[in-house]
Amino acid sequence: MPSTPPEGSPAPADGSLPDSALNGIGSRPFGIYVHVPYCASRCGYCDFNTYTAEELGSNASRAGYAEQAIAEIRFARRVLGDRDLPVSTVFVGGGTPTLLPAGDLGRILGAIRSEFGLLDGAEVTTEANPDSVSTSSLAALRDYGFTRISFGMQSIAPHVLSILERTHTPGRALAAVTEARAAGFVHLNLDLIYATPGETEQDFANSLQAAIDSGVDHVSAYSLIVEDGTRLAARVRRGEISNVDDDVAADRYLQADEALSRAGLEWYEVSNWSLPGGDCRHNLGYWRGDDWWGVGPGAHSHVGGVRWWNERHPNTYGERIVAGRSPAQAREVLEDEVRRVEDILLRVRLREGLRVDRLTNLGRDVARRAAEDGLADPAELAAGRVVLTQRGRLLADALVRDLVD
Amino acid sequence: MANTAKTAPQPGSTDPSLLRNFCIIAHIDHGKSTLADRMLQITGVVDGRDMRAQYLDRMDIERERGITIKSQAVRLPYTADDGVTYILNLIDTPGHVDFTYEVSRSLAACEGAVLLVDAAQGIEAQTLANLYLALENDLQVIPVLNKIDLPAAQPDKYAAELARIIGCDPDDVRRVSAKTGVGVGALLDDVVRLIPPPVGDSNGPARAMIFDSVYDTYRGVVTYVRVIDGHLSTREKIVMMSTGATHELLEVGVISPDPVPSKALGVGEVGYLITGVKDVRQSRVGDTVTSALRGATKSLGGYRDPKPMVFSGLYPLDGSDYPELRDALDKLKLNDAALAYEPETSVALGFGFRCGFLGLLHLEFVRERLEREFNLDLISTAPNVVYRVAMDDGSEVIVTNPSEFPSGKISAVFEPMVRSTILAPSEYIGAIMELCQTRRGVLLGMDYLSEDRVELRYTLPLAEIVFDFFDALKSKTRGYASLDYEPQGEQDADLVKVDILLHGEPVDAFSSIVHKDKAYTYGVMMTGKLKELIPRQQFEVPIQAAIGARIIARESIRAIRKDVLAKCYGGDISRKRKLLEKQKEGKKRMKMVGRVEVPQEAFIAALSTDDSAPKPK
Repeated sequence: MPSTPPEGSPAPADGSLPDSALNGIGSRPFGIYVHVPYCASRCGYCDFNTYTAEELGSNASRAGYAEQAIAEIRFARRVLGDRDLPVSTVFVGGGTPTLLPAGDLGRILGAIRSEFGLLDGAEVTTEANPDSVSTSSLAALRDYGFTRISFGMQSIAPHVLSILERTHTPGRALAAVTEARAAGFVHLNLDLIYATPGETEQDFANSLQAAIDSGVDHVSAYSLIVEDGTRLAARVRRGEISNVDDDVAADRYLQADEALSRAGLEWYEVSNWSLPGGDCRHNLGYWRGDDWWGVGPGAHSHVGGVRWWNERHPNTYGERIVAGRSPAQAREVLEDEVRRVEDILLRVRLREGLRVDRLTNLGRDVARRAAEDGLADPAELAAGRVVLTQRGRLLADALVRDLVD
Repeated sequence: MANTAKTAPQPGSTDPSLLRNFCIIAHIDHGKSTLADRMLQITGVVDGRDMRAQYLDRMDIERERGITIKSQAVRLPYTADDGVTYILNLIDTPGHVDFTYEVSRSLAACEGAVLLVDAAQGIEAQTLANLYLALENDLQVIPVLNKIDLPAAQPDKYAAELARIIGCDPDDVRRVSAKTGVGVGALLDDVVRLIPPPVGDSNGPARAMIFDSVYDTYRGVVTYVRVIDGHLSTREKIVMMSTGATHELLEVGVISPDPVPSKALGVGEVGYLITGVKDVRQSRVGDTVTSALRGATKSLGGYRDPKPMVFSGLYPLDGSDYPELRDALDKLKLNDAALAYEPETSVALGFGFRCGFLGLLHLEFVRERLEREFNLDLISTAPNVVYRVAMDDGSEVIVTNPSEFPSGKISAVFEPMVRSTILAPSEYIGAIMELCQTRRGVLLGMDYLSEDRVELRYTLPLAEIVFDFFDALKSKTRGYASLDYEPQGEQDADLVKVDILLHGEPVDAFSSIVHKDKAYTYGVMMTGKLKELIPRQQFEVPIQAAIGARIIARESIRAIRKDVLAKCYGGDISRKRKLLEKQKEGKKRMKMVGRVEVPQEAFIAALSTDDSAPKPK
């Protein structure tokens, strides 16, 4: 979650949603995101909504977190009514979810199960820091019903991890993957960060190879972004380290795409690659405009064209939840044209592409030109979809600016 | 302290022998307005309570900058040390190089001048130029050093300097502090004693010279005149001799310091007249006013049409402001006889106006008023001069916009020249000569004003001055040099038009007419600058400088390879969309040159002359 929430209009205290949003709910996949806003220490590049024990002053809120999350899940059920609404994906992210005892995560998942029910074959992911899992905690998560673990590996190069201020050793993420597999997990992801100042082409090649060799079925690779207000930004400003070079980032992206697809991991979203059957369905829901409820401080939700986001600070969030009020800080009810723009913005990032019928005549001209310029696949366009080429993915935002016209 | 006479002579019936018409010649911050304020106070025309600092500078901009652009005349009744009550008419003069002609008309309305010089800085070039103008007009000059209360004042040194320039005794140089008032009373007595009263034919046909003309929203044009012969009365029909236009005098009067209507203005007197005209062009500075009935047949002479010397394209930043810009120029024109403009279209900048100005300050002044008083955001193209291009076929083209420079067979190009005077401490002679040399200057002569101050005279192409000469001069002399110049004909020069091409498309706003020897430097500078200013596009963009079809410099902007944000920020789609909306807004402010998106800021930065030439360290 970013450092500043977007502006929006006030959200009703009872969390109620307009009929327009509730109509059709259940006809689309429904997901639940759970935000765990705690970290043992903050990485230098991170501007997510997370807090160390030191920053919060006491461990009290961390211990009470599961109860609050469960209270919001029950609140969600009341808002969404008693219609049949089984959950197809759950994603626990952070922060560092695995800083909580596995039992807490289990109880939260239990509440989802009892309030909404889980679809058969539901995808249940938790993010994990390689440092904060063990064979036994992984086994416990598996027993509670988690089906997928996403580890933050970032890099195999010690000097890159050190610039990122990651606390784990280069081999720890790979070991955690092995442990998770031993605990029965089939679906595993490794997150990589590229274009960190000081990272060489060879460093990144090694990281990619290590991720491939670990046998995970999913890899996410993100260019480092120097976000305002982070320690990394301060170091860049002071000239201690150089900023991310966009040309280097472009090279690394191509490098990732080549290496991963050679190993059978195909892109299905601009920054995500998977073996067949390994897509993260929860993430796909974000790009497809599906419904999801975000639980926890600062979490974002989307239901039928209404987006809202929770109070960011765990204490404020907790007070609202305890009082039985909606933890939403503000919301947006999207108009049709805005939904169209979002649809373009989001779907064009997917391998499955954007349907041309979402575009105006102007937008279709842009799509045709994109195909001529080598940014979109001409055959796919002929079949009625905008699907980006490798070069097109690198220029996706520029293309979107024209496609939405 | 107030010295108002109870029975001061009245306008229209003042004996010329009691009149003293004078002005103050001074550099911008040498204290002219403060001295005028003090004179108003001492003569009791304004009492201390009402004293607004720098009373005579009406416009905000003028007050903020501490300079006076539009002159005015104040009638000050003053009982001198001989016990007689005199009428002192203080005629304010514009203080800048662009307004030499207006200064000359103000001086022509006077018999004397107070030469006011800062005792800590010495005389400046423009003051010197105006002093020469006063001496040419046979004005009695009273040299005065101001700011003698300052710790940094060197009155002895600068008194010697002034004495040498004027040819008087250093002891004749008065010493005052306009701020504290010391010496100002005695100075007024000197004005009475030394400056001769006006001499004119009181019974002859009326002849009055216009030395200023100001548009007032409520009254229409207020015209300031000095009556040379005869008199002008209210309700009388008058004729403007340059045009033959007839008007009725709705009101005549004097300023003291607010307008006071009177029945008439008599011989030698200074005052205002109102005819109800709405445009200062109908009441022009330098023109002679006479009576319609039994009027003069011969004008006073010296009238000149204001001639724009410097041109610049003014464009609204937001194209939809074009009608507002037109209305604003129409309004400013009412009060500015020298402002000329006509619509112009630029591929790069859209709809705007090509405007002609007397000089750089005039340009800056107009631009600032447009922005401040009319709330317009403007882009102005780099200022240029007027070129006369003689073609092989005998025809002639006048070029006020470089992009209109003819492409056919050219036999000669003529550019306007100026005669410039530079005053500076002698240690900078070398630096100044070097600068003038690189600006194609020709040395006319050099004189020492004092042991360590020197006057250099050069002829220079005006084009070299409007570029960034003054900034360069200031930086080479640590701010100590001052500059004055006046038009002096034209010269045949080896000039070429350099075009700037973006992705093969010429960008009209960047075309420039430069000397052949400098074309390459200009091309390299401009292409380099644009390379830094224009963001990378999805394709490589060559930037070329060309003379005709010949490319003289080239840069290229590499294609952008990555324009995508990797993250989705935990489902915060709103943030992503807002970012898109912001980028779309940014895109709207882009101008398309062919397929290249150029941010407006790039045009502004590329057109600003501030850092267009490498500044000496």
